[in-house]
Amino acid sequence: MNNVFVYCEIDKATVEEVSYELLTKGRKLANELGVQLEAIAAGSGITGKVEKDILSYGVDKLHVFDAPGLYPYTSKPHTSILVNLFKEEQPQICLMGATVIGRDLGPRVSSSLTSGLTADCTALEIGDYDDRKTGKHYEGLLYQIRPAFGGNIVATIVNPDNRPQMATVRSGVMKAEKVAEYYNGEIVYQDVAKYVPETDYVVKVIERHVEKANNNLKGAPIIVAGGYGVGSKEGFDLLRKLAAELHGEVGASRAAVDAGFCDHSLQIGQTGVTVRPKVYIACGISGAIQHVAGMKESGIVISINTDPEAPINQIADYVITGSVEDVVPKMIKYYKQNSK
Amino acid sequence: MSLKIVVLAKQVPDTRNVGKDAMTPEGTVNRAALPAIFNPEDLNALEQALRLKDQHPGSTVHLLTMGPPRATDIVREGLFRGADGGYLLTDRAFAGADTLATSYALSQAIKKIGAPDIVLCGRQAIDGDTAQVGPQVAQKLDLNQVTYVTNVDSVADGKITLTRSIDGGIERVEAPLPILLTVSGNAAPCRPRNAKLVMKYKRASAPMERPTDGSLPYAEEYERKPYLNIAQWSVADVDGDLEQCGLAGSPTKVKAVQNIVFKAKESKRLTAADAEVEDLIKELLDSHTIG
Repeated sequence: MNNVFVYCEIDKATVEEVSYELLTKGRKLANELGVQLEAIAAGSGITGKVEKDILSYGVDKLHVFDAPGLYPYTSKPHTSILVNLFKEEQPQICLMGATVIGRDLGPRVSSSLTSGLTADCTALEIGDYDDRKTGKHYEGLLYQIRPAFGGNIVATIVNPDNRPQMATVRSGVMKAEKVAEYYNGEIVYQDVAKYVPETDYVVKVIERHVEKANNNLKGAPIIVAGGYGVGSKEGFDLLRKLAAELHGEVGASRAAVDAGFCDHSLQIGQTGVTVRPKVYIACGISGAIQHVAGMKESGIVISINTDPEAPINQIADYVITGSVEDVVPKMIKYYKQNSK
Repeated sequence: MSLKIVVLAKQVPDTRNVGKDAMTPEGTVNRAALPAIFNPEDLNALEQALRLKDQHPGSTVHLLTMGPPRATDIVREGLFRGADGGYLLTDRAFAGADTLATSYALSQAIKKIGAPDIVLCGRQAIDGDTAQVGPQVAQKLDLNQVTYVTNVDSVADGKITLTRSIDGGIERVEAPLPILLTVSGNAAPCRPRNAKLVMKYKRASAPMERPTDGSLPYAEEYERKPYLNIAQWSVADVDGDLEQCGLAGSPTKVKAVQNIVFKAKESKRLTAADAEVEDLIKELLDSHTIG
């Protein structure tokens, strides 16, 4: 009762990285609140394949739901698992990935339980809250912190009265850290039929193509990122040249993606990928919070911008005041000249 | 088969240009201070609806929007592009709603419209980026749901076949009707306005938009042409429970809103001059930061 729960996302028999990141965060929140960390794993043929890894992140109790219809994911069966389990277990917090699955499942579960859900959080903390209207004081609430409103502000959201307090977090935002290779947690193999009615298995997946990401932004040591200031698709070709020279990857801000300069998969920020490269070269990026949220832990930040007052310059180690089409070719030229 | 389709659409502030007065002290959005647009992914949803109507004669497409009186623009825009009618859900009691209270209000309105075969909406709205309202409406109406839809491939024998995007790929799924779909921005763009429809519906309005003092010269048109009347519903009209609407019905509260101030670093300032760029590259190479 009153514990912290994490829904683990499982592709075939592999637990997604985002789930380990959330378990790590969940462990910390549970410690702070003095409660246990519990996890849910649902899929087909996962028994014996996922338990040890999940427990190693400090899970006190793992609920395994293993049945033929639970993979590939469809909305209703997984919703029933969470809703019916939560009615028994009364968790105070539930975390899930802000992935296609988490963003399909989270709202359906929250609606069913009439609990609050905050999407795409960039930080989660425990703290107190005073309701100005009712004068009521609450202790130990989950602060769900997220950029809002196109990334122009950061809002702290709380769910004072409804449980569980639900939040989704994007992949890469939190860091995964194992607690112990063999953590002594309890494993419960649940009877799926007790939680999921037959009538839930209505949506049929008839075809599925998944490809490995065509970029390696998340793990790249050097990223050359372009914003609206790059100006065009052709401008991005220039960034690709620099990235190729430096053995890095190309990323983008939301403004550049929205303008059609490059593909959505390159988007860095709250609603894109979170990155922590050694070097981040921001080309024509103004630095909306929504973007900075996804790159602020970069090692060295170099900002190339015609505007000397661009917000991103405040977190940059080097600020080059100039245009992308002027500076980037020079960087390529002098890198070639000096690197050999 | 002919289909009864409802499209959920939201009028959103254009978050691409936000000034200082964009938020109220309570931490909700100050919509009056911003240009209002048709939420982009809701237009993708409308296009899927109109395509189904083209393929299945006798089908109807109605828009449903919740918002202040000026949100009627969304319904009119839908009519100009081929929708058959629309509903404006408007009441002060709906104000300040989070996604759960919003989905409650919309689901009550859909119950009043009466059992649709397909409810379509955009994946998410650009002012909140939550993607929550679609699935929550589906849950409240006990409908099946498929999110991130990029194309409705076919509808036949009470079943719908869809293509959707998933993390790193695509999926094709088959599901029984009735169903709620959220449509992503990768789906086909919406068709433009149709000039004939703009002429036909230019005076379409909700009752609250019209003066009541008899000064409207073409008032009689609304009796002669019932299609010019955009239905306008309050909480009571949709049999709404006030406890579940607006701020009262919202489990999430905004504790604080901040304009984030970046922790300023000591940054080296350079110009685009060749010598300065070359020095920087050399410095990074010497420290093995690059290369």
